[in-house]
Amino acid sequence: MTANMQRVRVARVDDVAAGIKRFELVGLAGQSLPMFSAGSHIVVTMRDKDQVWRNPYSIMGVSEDNGYVISVHSSPESRGGSRYMHTKVHVGSELDISEPVNLFPIVHTGRKHILIAGGIGITPMLAMLDELKRDASIFELHYAVRSPEAGAYFSDLMSETGRSIRVYSSDRGERIPLAAILSNQPLGTHVYVCGPQRMIDWALEVADRAGWPEENVHCERFSSAPPGKPFDVELRNGTVVHVGEHQSMLEALEHAGVDAPYLCRGGACGQCVTRVIASDSKLVHNDHYLTDEEKQAGEQIATCVSRADGGCIKLDL
Amino acid sequence: MNTFFKDETFRDDFTFQNSPEAVARFPFPYWEDKYMYSVNMEPHVKAGAPGSVYEFPIDIDEHYVSDMRDRALVLAEDPLRCQALPHMMSAQWDVLELLMISMAEAYPKHFTLNRHGDEWHWINRPLRIEDKFRFGDATTLPYEPMEYITRQCQGDFSVLDQRENNLWMDAGIATSQADWSLDFDIGMNFMEWHGPVPLAHEIGVFDRALKFLLNLQQGKPVRRLNWTMTINPRLDTSPENYDKWGIDRCAVTPENVGDKVHLRVELQALWRLPRSNAMLFSIRAYLLKMRELVTNPDWARRFHRVLKSLPPELADYKGLTRYRDATVDWLAKYDDGKPTPTGFLLK
Repeated sequence: MTANMQRVRVARVDDVAAGIKRFELVGLAGQSLPMFSAGSHIVVTMRDKDQVWRNPYSIMGVSEDNGYVISVHSSPESRGGSRYMHTKVHVGSELDISEPVNLFPIVHTGRKHILIAGGIGITPMLAMLDELKRDASIFELHYAVRSPEAGAYFSDLMSETGRSIRVYSSDRGERIPLAAILSNQPLGTHVYVCGPQRMIDWALEVADRAGWPEENVHCERFSSAPPGKPFDVELRNGTVVHVGEHQSMLEALEHAGVDAPYLCRGGACGQCVTRVIASDSKLVHNDHYLTDEEKQAGEQIATCVSRADGGCIKLDL
Repeated sequence: MNTFFKDETFRDDFTFQNSPEAVARFPFPYWEDKYMYSVNMEPHVKAGAPGSVYEFPIDIDEHYVSDMRDRALVLAEDPLRCQALPHMMSAQWDVLELLMISMAEAYPKHFTLNRHGDEWHWINRPLRIEDKFRFGDATTLPYEPMEYITRQCQGDFSVLDQRENNLWMDAGIATSQADWSLDFDIGMNFMEWHGPVPLAHEIGVFDRALKFLLNLQQGKPVRRLNWTMTINPRLDTSPENYDKWGIDRCAVTPENVGDKVHLRVELQALWRLPRSNAMLFSIRAYLLKMRELVTNPDWARRFHRVLKSLPPELADYKGLTRYRDATVDWLAKYDDGKPTPTGFLLK
């Protein structure tokens, strides 16, 4: 199942921090964009000559002209998509986006909500902040950055600092006192974490040690597909698709004209998980969807972020 | 004001019947000569065949006005048929928006919706209702948003909150249900409210269905057909009123099968709701008398075979056991033993 696409125009671009740009996307010819719930992302399709990238970006909020606001961090490890957004996308550029998908929703039965954000992980939290304020919910936001210059929306949030919003900059030696925060919360509190992988791992561990039930701890884990050895994918009809070092398997399949299923493209939703019929090399699983046992068994693979360690795998596609 | 809508009853004297046009568009649910559960979902796309029950996302038919009158009677006797837990308010507005927009777009003759920002103006001509209200402000409507619109829309509805990798029945309205209770199920999760269904758990139907639904996307609704049978054209076959209708199952005789026994098909659709990330589940029931069913020879043949071969657990669960044999015998004279074409036999 692939997503419905809608064409949008870039209405505004701003530099908001080192390596981070903010984009406003509006519907063409006054077409309105679908409503979304806080925590949703869209998949943006970027085309440059014969190259195509599709990256998920969290919706931060709604612009004045009812567009979506997203932020893009151009990472040095970029496979090309975020670099394209930074260098080739300007006011007036057109892009295709999917309908919003929410894999990181607010739990509406929660009595209190604690948001923990690191770096670019602040983006879904800004939409959540709007929703929590609108519903007059009880919440705390803790936002950590390397330095005020590197932290998107850091100064905006700093001006709101109070009992509910706290900001931390590690170049000033500040760190989120997570153990203290999580050790004493009322029953029915939910915690949401979005940030670099090691921050998420740390937060999950601290919550676990503090005795939090798993179902009250939520994280947004989008991985981008890490590079690896090139390999081949053989399809049921015998076609062989080559996956380059810096390509994801899903991108290579799409490039070859295969209508492979996907939803989040970040290893979170499981929509792209495909049966492995045979493989002559090790599978490198980078998703957060399959269980450890399923990964060990090697019978399925998430094409969006996982790959084979060289060689050839045969997929049920 | 409009002769399209029939004046009929679903209780007491049971004057309900289908026009030939309504029979022709009945969603006959069997694609082969036997029945077993499957995760039989397909996209609930706009622009189904003209005139079919799939033409529009929300189907309004000739029974609309009488159907809504029956709903009002049920709610007056038992307000617990419509409930919403407090955290479902934004989902309620999602439901109101989806139904109003679908109805106004599909049936501009009957329904009109004018929107200026949050100031909305709704006109329902068949029911003679007109209200101006502020979207998002429940105090500007005579009922909470879900109840307001579902008193004006055919079908039962449940609104499912999504959390903990599960779906929770945290709001809904049920006045025309096939023996399930919203008051009993409210607050339950997907596995809990499906607990009583026989056979399906063992073959993994609910695990697969839940996994599929958790990934349901905005703008990509899905649907399936479900079915049971009902004695007399009664919409409210609820556990709450079992004392009123349960005994009808003993009233079937070879002489009255054609009039009394009904195939009840539910067109069930699911939508992801945008503001709340909740899900709307609509359960729209269509009733067809046996004498109406046999006007289509393919349906008559196939339904005879489906009913005859139904596993006893399913017949029991669907409550057919007491009158199945009488109905199969009655249908036998319409089954000439010829093969039926595969597929859904829809026109």
